[in-house]
Amino acid sequence: MNLELLFDPLFRVPFFTGLLLAGLLPLIGMYLRLRGEWLAALAFAQMASAGALLAMVLGWPMLAGGALAALLAALAKGFAAAAGANAYALMMLLAWGAGVLLVANHPLAEQAGHALFDGQLYFTGEGHLLAVGLVCAGAVPVLLRLNRPLLLARFFPEFHQARGLDARPRLMLFDLLAGVVIALATVSIGVMAAFALVFVPPLVAYRFGRSWRVGLGLAALVGMGGYSLAFALSLAFDQPFGPVCAVLLVGLILLLGVKSDRL
Amino acid sequence: MDGILLRVTGLMAGYTAPVAGPLGFELRRGEILGLAGPNGAGKSTLLKALWGGVKVFGGRVEKAPGLAISHQAQSFDDLRGVPLTGRELLALTGAVPAGLPPWLAERLDWRLDRLSGGQLQFLRLWACLAAPADIVLLDEPSNNLDRAGVDYLADWLGRAHDDQGIVIVSHDPALIDRVCTRVIEVGGVVEVPAQ
Repeated sequence: MNLELLFDPLFRVPFFTGLLLAGLLPLIGMYLRLRGEWLAALAFAQMASAGALLAMVLGWPMLAGGALAALLAALAKGFAAAAGANAYALMMLLAWGAGVLLVANHPLAEQAGHALFDGQLYFTGEGHLLAVGLVCAGAVPVLLRLNRPLLLARFFPEFHQARGLDARPRLMLFDLLAGVVIALATVSIGVMAAFALVFVPPLVAYRFGRSWRVGLGLAALVGMGGYSLAFALSLAFDQPFGPVCAVLLVGLILLLGVKSDRL
Repeated sequence: MDGILLRVTGLMAGYTAPVAGPLGFELRRGEILGLAGPNGAGKSTLLKALWGGVKVFGGRVEKAPGLAISHQAQSFDDLRGVPLTGRELLALTGAVPAGLPPWLAERLDWRLDRLSGGQLQFLRLWACLAAPADIVLLDEPSNNLDRAGVDYLADWLGRAHDDQGIVIVSHDPALIDRVCTRVIEVGGVVEVPAQ
């Protein structure tokens, strides 16, 4: 166990990059769960990883490739809304297959592929932090504006249409936002860590939040707290970050005893 | 439209084919129109056609310019597990809590999944009734309500609502008779005076 690494300046950029994402991903997850679309997060993450790998092979920036692939996935989700979870499953299979084939056939993609799947957060640089910071600064006010339309779409789906308004552009904007944030997270902290931070904190918030507003705060808090602990543990015990984060968050669920009928 | 909120002429509506109508009526502010009839007559389908929720196959629905319609759907999603309070639910539609029955007002800060089925139904109803709207469309509003809830609803509807027009679909003839200023029998489309 090496606790000195925790205070090494080398790891500050990766830590703060992940911390910002750990606050934002659970908020995205709250709305995805509200819409019964949490599986879309995994589809976006898989698509982003495949896009990032393809970009690397083509000599493009991985961040851009991941974001572009996730945006395409978000658009496809919007147009294939009727397909629901089927569309997400097809996206996941396609992205997984393409990603593994790239890793198997291209030496450049092999190391990056492992980093994406294992969640090697420590490879993130200042470019990631800048991109994540900018996206967070834009995403939070947008989410605040989308809060009411998203809740209305769930509880009063006829509200806008009955008033002659079209809610679809705002719902599509959320899809695109979710795609961008999850793509950034995938490239920065890995596929499964990103999915764990989208999926698990909202579970806790839905179970224990006294209100929607409190639930949003609780989800962000659980995400950032769980992430910080996972970061420290993976550094101290020299373990890959992604699996540590996923196991820790699932352990939190078991510890809190969130009832299986609410999962 | 000359004081008329809604003018419906020969309305035939459905999903893939017309299943309800023809229906015709005019609605003015201060009126409460009841759509009565047996199950399967297409009352809910016709109500949805008034705001565009189903396909109109024939006839016309003319609305006054800038009209805001509030619609209370008969069925609703399972709300289990969503950490939303009653106050937050009302805020979504812009409904004001003032006027809620005391047995619900005191539970406004509870999560929705802690309310009983009747309390939740009344709250959803209130979210539509008390929202800023020119026309309120209620689909079987007394479903899942206990006697106290139905009485409170009837009393509230019975008070003057000069600024709104209300259309109610109900299989409960007692509620229709008690609150409606006019009743249309759907199926035969014969207009009958309220008692």
